[in-house]
This record gives sequence, structure tokens and C-alpha cells, in this order.
Amino acid sequence: MLEIWTDYAWPLIWIIIKILLIVIPLLIAVAYLTYAERKVIGSIQLRMGPNVVGPFGLLQPFADGLKLLVKESIIPTGSNRVVFILAPMLTFTLGLIGWAVIPVADGWVLSDINVGILYLFAVSSLGVYGIIMAGWASNSIYPFLGALRSAAQMVSYEVSIGFVIVTVLLAVGSLNMTDIVLAQQKVWFFIPLFPMFVIFFISGLAETNRAPFDLPEAEAELVSGYNVEYSAMSFALFFLGEYANMILVSAMTVILFLGGWLPPFDFTFLYWIPGVIWFSLKVSLVLFVFLWVRATLPRYRYDQLMRLGWKVFLPFSLFWVVVTAGAIVAFEWYPK
Amino acid sequence: MIISSLAFYLFSFITIFSAVMVISARNPVHSVLFLILAFFNSAGLFVLLGAEFLAMILVVVYVGAVAVLFLFVVMMLDINFVELREGFLQYLPIGALVGIILMAELVLIFGSWVINPSSESIVTTSIVYNSDTTNTHALGQLIYTHYIYLFQAAGLLLLVAMIGAIVLTVRKRPTVKRQNISEQVAVRVDDVIEVKDVTSGSGI
Repeated sequence: MLEIWTDYAWPLIWIIIKILLIVIPLLIAVAYLTYAERKVIGSIQLRMGPNVVGPFGLLQPFADGLKLLVKESIIPTGSNRVVFILAPMLTFTLGLIGWAVIPVADGWVLSDINVGILYLFAVSSLGVYGIIMAGWASNSIYPFLGALRSAAQMVSYEVSIGFVIVTVLLAVGSLNMTDIVLAQQKVWFFIPLFPMFVIFFISGLAETNRAPFDLPEAEAELVSGYNVEYSAMSFALFFLGEYANMILVSAMTVILFLGGWLPPFDFTFLYWIPGVIWFSLKVSLVLFVFLWVRATLPRYRYDQLMRLGWKVFLPFSLFWVVVTAGAIVAFEWYPK
Repeated sequence: MIISSLAFYLFSFITIFSAVMVISARNPVHSVLFLILAFFNSAGLFVLLGAEFLAMILVVVYVGAVAVLFLFVVMMLDINFVELREGFLQYLPIGALVGIILMAELVLIFGSWVINPSSESIVTTSIVYNSDTTNTHALGQLIYTHYIYLFQAAGLLLLVAMIGAIVLTVRKRPTVKRQNISEQVAVRVDDVIEVKDVTSGSGI
């Protein structure tokens, strides 16, 4: 009996506690990201943003969540029921499971696997299924067009993200997320690999369907793209998933290029501040740029989007992989 | 140990079930979705074997790219399901034959290990790695160091196949208007606007 407790039950409970410790702050972060988005874009456009519910409108995300929760879920008769309901759940789940390998501070990670970055790449490449399934199952024209656009877009930009990850891996010599952060103790990778940093950030925007690449949900042409037919909680799950994905991509940017939980300068007193605070600060900075971009840039045209992905980013990132590899071999900067 | 064998049975049952559903589902989109489920669970089996790199690559390449294209094509095509089912009995003998040959070959492979245990050593020859290298390193050494020429040859074959596919499908359509971005950007004011002094009452 005791054996079952120590070998199976307790580890299971411990893992569930750890998962909750990751998921609950993440969901709160998602809620406040929607609030931050409205506030930031509001102040960029000289508006107030939400300021009625709670002090400074701080309870607005919960009011929105409650509203969506009590609304009626509508499933169109022409839709493919199972896939229709599965799609938002899939999007939301994929937004969460990526966090299993993200180290938020030294050793603070659910699963420190050898192929962490590949796992993240795999999870982000699955994100397209939620959208394409939603578009198809809705059995309606606008969602379908939105889904097809998004499938093409996400597949295209994943290729350059893959090459960016390869350059970082060449510099690190390991696929483990913790090793990637520790390799940046001398210099954060956004300095030596600056072009790759820019490409990764822009591809991240495209991968998460954010402005200026939010063609799958272009209101002006597609009403709202793949989620037209969704209502209430299933719609909310899409939104939660999308924002969780934004935070995930920002966390990937921070880990690959901005030194993860490491403080910006190598002073002892900066190490007194816990790593998780540095990590969250950096993620917030990247997220702010996400919002800033949305408020500033107009939407791309579809053919321009494809041209940027295939004719500019892909050749350039491929070229830069060769340059990085060549530099590492020529100057013998082999990672340990 | 119980946990890992439970996981093994879970993954393998779902793999087999979804593989059956791939060929028996009425709706082709459902077939592709079941195919994805099968890929996913085979990745789980790879993880159980300790081949985490292969598992991730399976998900990235097959689920993340190949199956998306499948789904894309299947959704775009307007397939008549009834017509598709009609020839089922007609093609059954050929399909069964292929299946039987595959089955026989698999039995031969595994049977030879049982009959002649020394033949197993052929499969696991020569290159032995110490256990502390990750399987990413091991695979890299195998492909890029020991079998580099074969790897390059395979790459060349794929390149030729790709060029062939492009040559076969590309067609020039002179009537389509395309945007030439470098031309657009290079346009100067003088090229497109001509300023003229117009004397009043006479026109140009």
C-alpha cells in the first residue's frame, strides 16, 4: 500500500501541483494580456481603454470571461459537430502544453527534456490544426477561406523559424532549453545573431496570426475568419489559445535570444532578484512590442505575406545558417 | 514499469485503431485526422523507446507539414464518396495481395531473427556509442559523419525530384498581371509625371 503511495500516487499529485503552478499564473497572464492590449492600444490611439469595471478597469478581463461563459453555445446545423467542438479545445490545449519545457528560472521547469526546443517547435507547428479544423467543420465560406489562408501562412513561416532555431542550436550545441539559456551567460544571442532575432520575431507574429499578419481573421474581408461560427465558451477558448500562444512565442524569443532568466548585466546584486522576475520582465517587453506592432502597422496583403515568407526570409535564414556554421568552424568557436 | 507498459498499450491500441479508421472512415477529412492521430501515437511509442529526437521529428515533419498539406488537398477537392466506394470489390484482390506480400516479408524478417539468432548482430553492427551521448548526437554522427556520401546522394535525388516536379507543373501565363516590387520601388517622380506649362485658352 505504502509502495503505491510513494511510487505512483505521490509523484502524480506532485506533477499535478507543478502543472497547476504553471497553468494558473499563465491563465492570469492571458487574462491581463487582453487587458494590457486594450490599454496599450488605447493609449497609442489617445483613448482611455477599459476603465469602468474595477479600479482602472482591472476586472475587465474577468467580466469578459464571465460574459462569454454564460452565453449560449451555438452549433450550426450544417457543421461537423465533433470536429467543430474539438477545434477550440485543441487550440487551447496546444497553447498550454508548450509550457511544459519552458524554464522560467534556473531549474524551474516541469520537464527538462533533451530535445526541448524541438518539442516547442513541434507544438507550435500543431497550432495550425485548431484553425484548419474549425474552418472546415464550420461548413461556411468565410471560416473556410480563413482557415486555408492560415494553414498556408503558418506552414510557410514555420520553415524560417526552423532555420532560426538551427542557427541558435549551432551556437549552443544542445537542444535542451536550460543549456540554451546558460550558453548566453557571456552575451545574449540577439547581439551576434541579430538578423535571426528579427526574423524570428516577425515569423512569430505570422505564426500567432497577429497583426500585421492577421489575415486569417481579417475583419474587413472575412468578417472574422475561422471563428465566425463560434460563440460563447468555444469562442473564448480560441482567444485564450491565441493569447497563450503569443506568450509562448514571446517566451521562446526570450529563451533563444534574450538570455532567459539571466539578468542583463553580470553584476552580483542583479542576481539577488529571482530569475523568474527577469524572465517575466523580458516576456512582458516582447509582448509589448507585439501590441505596439498591432497598433502601428497596416495589414499585409496576402501575396506580399507569402513573398516575404518564401522569397525573403527563407533564403536569408538559410544563408545565415551557412554563415554561422562557417564562422563557428573558421574561428573554432565550437560550443562545449 | 507498470506505467510504461500501460503507456505502451495505450499508444499502440490508439495507433492501430486510428490506422483502421484511416481506411474505413466515410469522410476523407476524418481519415486524415485519424492519420494524424496515428502519427502522434507512433511518436509516443518512439518516446517510450527512448528515441525522443525521432519522435519530435515525426511530429514536426509528418504532423506539422505533410499532414497539413494532405488536409489542405482533401478539403479543397470535391470528392464523391459514393463513387469512391463503388470500385472497392474490384480492387480488393490487388490490395489484399499487397497486404499479404508485406505481411510475409515482415514475418520473414522477424522469423530469421528467431531461427538464426546470429543474424541479429548484422542489424546492430559496428558503431557503438557510449550511453551518455544523446540520440541527437548519435544520429548526427551516423548520418553526417559515417554515411555522409549516402546522405548527400539521397539529398541530390530529392533535389532532382523537386526540380522535376516544378518543371512538370509550372506554366508561364503571360496574361496574368503581376506586381514587380523592385520596379515599383525604383519608380521616380520624373518617370510617371510630366509637368507642363499650359497657356490659358489654348490647352496642350
